[in-house]
Amino acid sequence: MKTYRDIAGDGGSDVLGQVAEREARRRTRMALVARKFAVMSGKGGVGKSMVTVNLAAALALRGHRVGILDADINGPCVAQMLGVRDRMLKLGAGGVAPVEGPLGIKVVSMDLLLPGGAVPVIWNAPMQQHRFTWLGAAEAGALGEFLADTLWGELDFLLIDLPPGPERYPDFHDLLPECDGAIVVTIPSGVAMLTVKRSIVLAQTLQAKVFGVVENMAGYQCEQCGALQALFAGEGESTEQTPGVPVLGRIPFDPRITRCCDQGVPFVSAHHDTPAAQAIMEIAVRIGARCAAWGGGR
Amino acid sequence: MKFLCVACDEAMKLVEAADTPHGDSLTVIFRCARCEHRVALLTNPQETQLVHSLGVAIGGRTTPPQPLARVRATLNAASPLWTEEAERRLQRVPEFVRPMVRDNIERHARERGCREVTCEVMDEARSGMGM
Ligand SMILES: Nc1ncnc2c1ncn2[C@@H]1O[C@H](COP(=O)(O)OP(=O)(O)O)[C@@H](O)[C@H]1O
Ligand SMILES: [Mg+2]
Ligand SMILES: [Zn+2]
Ligand SMILES: [Zn+2]
Repeated sequence: MKTYRDIAGDGGSDVLGQVAEREARRRTRMALVARKFAVMSGKGGVGKSMVTVNLAAALALRGHRVGILDADINGPCVAQMLGVRDRMLKLGAGGVAPVEGPLGIKVVSMDLLLPGGAVPVIWNAPMQQHRFTWLGAAEAGALGEFLADTLWGELDFLLIDLPPGPERYPDFHDLLPECDGAIVVTIPSGVAMLTVKRSIVLAQTLQAKVFGVVENMAGYQCEQCGALQALFAGEGESTEQTPGVPVLGRIPFDPRITRCCDQGVPFVSAHHDTPAAQAIMEIAVRIGARCAAWGGGR
Repeated sequence: MKFLCVACDEAMKLVEAADTPHGDSLTVIFRCARCEHRVALLTNPQETQLVHSLGVAIGGRTTPPQPLARVRATLNAASPLWTEEAERRLQRVPEFVRPMVRDNIERHARERGCREVTCEVMDEARSGMGM
């Protein structure tokens, strides 16, 4: 009796053809984007979205054309951090037009499809019990559509703000194999560092490139003497031990960062003279330099 | 998933696929080209949802895919999206009434079950509002 592999094609739905068609659309759009970096973290609340938004602003201040895809489907906050939550995506020719935020940064987020307020992301489904059987597929499908259908136009950098968790980047890499690498955000505490190392090993095991590490909340400036103080015990023993994954920079804690995030203003442009903003600008310079060394950029 | 007619040892062909009226099940009919035997695959709600979540059309696609089609069709509470052309037209309305007009048109679109605000939807909404 014949088995699965003895029969050519699929049952008749041409599922592979449909998937290939969507991937072709994605490749066409992504060919206009010179560099694509996913911003990931092992844990939530370490400042991944803050880093994404401010790195985008820093790159834009240096004259680059930048877009952000907010891939944190259930906890989107990029639109708020850029002050564009009241705006919506627009339907353009053959795709959706992103919202343009401060410094010309283009944004796509689940938040820009939902009405205002704290409306959660809920998928219409015949039954909401046992969501685990299909939720992953629904979220991956949504990201795949954003990648295939967004009219970014020509960009120098696309930053993707992933949800927290070590598995998120390798999963996303399946959807965007052209991704140039992950920027891993962490805080300099022992527990966070362990998760980061795990995340990096997982990504490398699954053949997903890791670009570098950003240490956030790395000390704070003393209000009296201006010197940088440690915020976490054991700070300083850093991620550098992961071979081939450089530390791109360390961003100190600054309460004005929190305020800017809440007010929807890019901190790097509002407080460009602070040590934290300088640190972010230097990370942008380093990223630009390494990309230039790769060549082939726009 | 493939279907095999055991009697003929022959792959069965897809005849048609349809959503049931409740939308929580798919009926997919296959037939054997040699003996004409037919079987139907009936999915349970979770299987149905999984298939929908994958964003593929069982039975093949008949119309070209629309931008963010799956997201907009399945996202609960999604606001209708404006086409760039409709948005340009809205920008010609004086600024102080624009939010009210926007709300009215979006409400009209939602009531009509439209996922997009096009110029036609605007015209309809305006005639309804007596503008
Ligand atoms: N270096 C920093 N200094 C001060 N506040 C920060 C800093 N980094 C992040 N925050 C604040 O911490 C909170 C969590 O940051 P967020 O970027 O939302 O984390 P994540 O995306 O990793 O969950 C936000 O309120 C943000 O403004
Ligand atoms: Mg976040
Ligand atoms: Zn038969
Ligand atoms: Zn029978």
